[in-house]
Amino acid sequence: MPAPEPGAAPAAASVPDPAAAHGTEPGTDHGTAHAADDAQSMASGLDALETRAEQKGSGAQRLLAKATPPLLAAALVLALWQTAYLLNWSQVLPAPSAVFGELGDAWSDGTLLPAIWHSTLRCVFGFGLAAAIGLPLGLLLTRVAPLRTVLRPTLTAIQSLPAAALVPVAIIALGNSEGAVYATVLLGAVPSIAVTVIATVEQLPPLLLRAGRSMGATGLRGTALVVVPAALPGFLSALRQGWTFGWRALMTAELITATPLPGIGQMLAEGKESNSMSLVLASVLLILAVGVLVESALFQPLERRLLTNRGLTIP
Amino acid sequence: MSTGLAAPRTTTGTSRTAAGTGTLPGTGPAVRLEAVSKAYGPAGARNLVLDEISLDVAPGEFVCLLGASGCGKSTLLNLVAGLDRPSAGQVRVAAGRPALMFQDHALFPWLSAGRNIELALRLAGVPRSGRRERAEELLELVHLPGAYGKRVHQLSGGMRQRVALARSLAQGSDVLLMDEPFAALDAITRDLLHEELTRLWQERQFTVLFVTHNVREAVRLGQRVVLLSSRPGRIAREWRVELPCPRRIEDGGVASLATEITGHLHQEIVRHART
Repeated sequence: MPAPEPGAAPAAASVPDPAAAHGTEPGTDHGTAHAADDAQSMASGLDALETRAEQKGSGAQRLLAKATPPLLAAALVLALWQTAYLLNWSQVLPAPSAVFGELGDAWSDGTLLPAIWHSTLRCVFGFGLAAAIGLPLGLLLTRVAPLRTVLRPTLTAIQSLPAAALVPVAIIALGNSEGAVYATVLLGAVPSIAVTVIATVEQLPPLLLRAGRSMGATGLRGTALVVVPAALPGFLSALRQGWTFGWRALMTAELITATPLPGIGQMLAEGKESNSMSLVLASVLLILAVGVLVESALFQPLERRLLTNRGLTIP
Repeated sequence: MSTGLAAPRTTTGTSRTAAGTGTLPGTGPAVRLEAVSKAYGPAGARNLVLDEISLDVAPGEFVCLLGASGCGKSTLLNLVAGLDRPSAGQVRVAAGRPALMFQDHALFPWLSAGRNIELALRLAGVPRSGRRERAEELLELVHLPGAYGKRVHQLSGGMRQRVALARSLAQGSDVLLMDEPFAALDAITRDLLHEELTRLWQERQFTVLFVTHNVREAVRLGQRVVLLSSRPGRIAREWRVELPCPRRIEDGGVASLATEITGHLHQEIVRHART
């Protein structure tokens, strides 16, 4: 909508009433087209005054602004580490170069990529399955009160269990298999997703739900058209937390379970067996890297987009 | 000047016999409340919010419900909107679900202005093919052409309420319930929206039940002003506003009737100081 010229409204007001000038009855101009036009230009003037244009930096600028702090932090940690090594602060601390050398060796003997690949694949599958179970389960529990009364404390209790406590159960039940690994991931991720979904739906603004109901969005239609879209940012938080829990559970499971397939957790176990601090640290770095990458390449942009669309981010 | 413009009138004792359940036949009032009471809380310590409210609103009529805090205005609208059930008495609405508009715009932040309206159209059973065009029409009707793709947070307070008004109209109901819809707006914007609402009401002749605590707003907009007493809400008095329409908030007639009604409103409030 184009903003009116500055000064247009006062000019129009000072001009004699055209309706009166053309000989129509003066004094009854409240309802005439002239008055309606006046009101409309007033309204669009107010609209222009009260809305602000959204500003955006260029893509490269924003990327740079976002990438700089974490890179600086990484550089700082590396510098500190190198200093500690040079000053021989610790007997067991390997040089950063030794750790990266370990990664280089793993790369060249062809064990690094399969390890990353299998771990990520397990987590993606496990997480996908956990999301496919956790989201509907949470949503179902928000709608069925008796079920919620029973299951919610159970889910919260499982959520508080460390994954390490679940692995032996999974191994005895399912053997040293991929199945045991997936079971651990699911038990780690599903309760966390479901519990967060319930909390999100409970915190939705009642006014929106009331508005939806007054328009006829009740029952399943209300859930699909109002509750789910309203709760979407919360669902994303649920998934994000589910991913974190799942990834941690997976590493624990890989570390303890002797599956035939490689993984980052197995690298960690190997390092521990061979008493190689550099291999252990190399594995830890990998675990961190995958976690940070998924967080910053998947969840953060998604969340930002959702929140920006709703005007919930601070510009 | 106030004499002759306003004729006080009471509705007590005018309740009529019941007909049907929930909906009214095509002729007769658009909204009928018959001795409607609403109480909350356990049977022993019941908190009576509305006490035997009887009110008929004719099709195309603009009725303002006026009252201080605690008069149960919002509860009353909830009952008419079908979001709540009366504890006693009958609420009847002629055909369909009334549209409800709130003090807060209550637009869905995940949808654009246009999509908000389309959702209301969808829920009202408008087929998909016609929705976009209809939504654009409704936005034009509230003087917001080009706002279709705007997100709610990109709109000013006044624009949001106009979109909310368009969304209410999209529900295709002949009855529009408004719960202090302009109370959170600044005076200039509110004045503009008064004009828009009056214009739309005159053009489209829907029925309006408008809740407010602003006496001048009630007199400016309504054909009838119903004063509710507080705790419990009862109909205290009623005025028929016979000033020419459209009115302006600064009209002498509006001011003098508002002064008269304010006097009665104050009496209702002072009554609570004594008890």
